[in-house]
Amino acid sequence: MRYLYIVTVIAMVFSLIADWRRTLKAIKIAIKRFINILPAFLIMLILVSIVLFLVPDKVISRYIGSDNKLISTVLASLFGSITLMPGFIAFPLCGILLKKGVSYMVLSAFTTTLMMVGVLTYPVEKEYFGIKVTIIRNTISFLIAMIIAITTGFFFGEVFQ
Amino acid sequence: MKRNNIIRTMGISAYIAFIVFSFVVDFTPGKQIFKNFTAFSVDMLKVLPCAFILIGLFEVWVKKETVEKHFGKECGIKGYVWAILLAGTTVGGLYVAFPVAYSLYSKGAKLSVIFTYVGASAICRIPMTIYEASFMGMKFTLIRLLTSIPLVVVFSILLGNYLEKKNYEMKREK
Repeated sequence: MRYLYIVTVIAMVFSLIADWRRTLKAIKIAIKRFINILPAFLIMLILVSIVLFLVPDKVISRYIGSDNKLISTVLASLFGSITLMPGFIAFPLCGILLKKGVSYMVLSAFTTTLMMVGVLTYPVEKEYFGIKVTIIRNTISFLIAMIIAITTGFFFGEVFQ
Repeated sequence: MKRNNIIRTMGISAYIAFIVFSFVVDFTPGKQIFKNFTAFSVDMLKVLPCAFILIGLFEVWVKKETVEKHFGKECGIKGYVWAILLAGTTVGGLYVAFPVAYSLYSKGAKLSVIFTYVGASAICRIPMTIYEASFMGMKFTLIRLLTSIPLVVVFSILLGNYLEKKNYEMKREK
């Protein structure tokens, strides 16, 4: 996170030295775009706050830790798709589940859909890509995540057990 | 569009009313939901202002021809490599990748490169990948990267070319 601030400050300083008028224009663009997309972000945050309440970590851990691998993988991919979690919460959670004996395939389904499929980012994404492409893109992402989960399971020798 | 705005405003108002009500009558689920809301808002506000300032600087300083040359119609395989590298340094998540993708698009990047960038920024942000490997092991992370990157590129090309044929355009600024 810190390097983002450093890069931004350095870029701003250079830009200001080079041409302060242009820099002002850049800031105007930044503010305008930010305000334009803000309502969509607000909707997204509202959805996130509700979904995280309905599907907390404990629920996820309980359901994807079941003995049936197929059901666990499907559930994991659904949870991953409908929730939104920063990596610093998701990966430690997966680390714990791994120690508890949850298979790599299930965890791969969860983390990959978490990263790639954004049901909750839909309000923001549709503002840029439109409804149709947003749905297509997320469906493809879900398929890719499934392929990755199966491949992971294959390499860890979990698929044919 | 107008009707959507009304629905949106009603939704947001209902949410605010629910939160206020929850605090008045001490309704725990409502308070928990508000806690989630603030936690995530703070997380995003740490990233978004910087991201948008960088987008603004990109808009005024980077020439259209430069983007067209490296990410446009004739970019070849290098365009995808650059898109993935750029994605690796993206902070935050998909919600930061979308406005960046839009900026690239408006400067003349082609759709398949845009989708590659968005897809890659979901799966191969460098700090996240290191973090993942430390919890899940190197083997897990490597399998994931080596499977997902080619798949993202292939599907992005398919989707990009299909939409290009359909004369699809990303939404224009209002």
